[in-house]
Amino acid sequence: MTSRPMLDATDRALIVATQAGLPLVPEPYAALAERIGVGADEVERRLQAMIQSGVIRRIGAVPNHYAIGWTANGMTVWDVDDARVDALGEQIGALPFVTHCYRRPRALPLWPYNLFAMVHGASRDEVCAKADRIAELLGSCARAHDILFSTRILKKSGLRI
Amino acid sequence: MPEIDAVDRQIIAELQGDFPICARPYARAAENLGITEAELLARIERLLAAKVLTRFGPMFQIEAMGGAFVLAALAVPEDRFDAVAACVNALPEVAHNYRREHALNMWFVLATETPAGIAAAINRIENDTGLVVHAFPKAREYFVEMKLAVRQ
Repeated sequence: MTSRPMLDATDRALIVATQAGLPLVPEPYAALAERIGVGADEVERRLQAMIQSGVIRRIGAVPNHYAIGWTANGMTVWDVDDARVDALGEQIGALPFVTHCYRRPRALPLWPYNLFAMVHGASRDEVCAKADRIAELLGSCARAHDILFSTRILKKSGLRI
Repeated sequence: MPEIDAVDRQIIAELQGDFPICARPYARAAENLGITEAELLARIERLLAAKVLTRFGPMFQIEAMGGAFVLAALAVPEDRFDAVAACVNALPEVAHNYRREHALNMWFVLATETPAGIAAAINRIENDTGLVVHAFPKAREYFVEMKLAVRQ
């Protein structure tokens, strides 16, 4: 099995044509097809294939979290025992309020944290209460932690190739 | 917070994924929402203009096409913050960028078509800003789900 889908020039043209968004017309795939010079059925088939292969995670609305009431956004970061981090990371990722959870390298001495869990809330208190639940789960396996609240979206354009 | 009514809420809740792939996808999605195709198109346009939605379309996973995503941070002196933000944001490789409360006060995601593109973007930012870029490539992904419902 190949691990990477092969994308040809037409796929690439389709990505470039849709990365800023789908055309807001009744037949958006036909509009894209005309733009890149293939048939509408070809566009639909290729989009389906990219969903199948994981190149497209999903198609739909990407909300601005702030505008829909999730005004507190905390990147919670934890210094977790390397021997336990993978098992605990899976458990934290499964918490309903964690939207992203990753293990990342530390950058010592500046940055001792190796586990990142993004938590959203309607207030900082709500994010802190959720972080407390993560702290309970980690127990003594977490040596230190911090919450980096975002104070401004500087850019949110998504992928541009 | 911009004005969002019950139908907008429903659009945001139900259209964060699984948008149909067919000849008239807005018509099909509108039918599920109990509104007309024209109304759905008008509402999406309005939500985009009001910046309630940042985009409406496919979300790409660049790693699945051989590219790379890397989270990176800068410690930006306060008096240079806006200038550095403009400089970082000018790179098309910067997919998003947030100001955060920490000594590392600028956190952004680089998305490039090849892994080598990450190093090139980091070099460019270091040259342009004179600051050290701290890169935090993911070692393991436990969970990613960006869908959030509208809060009341």
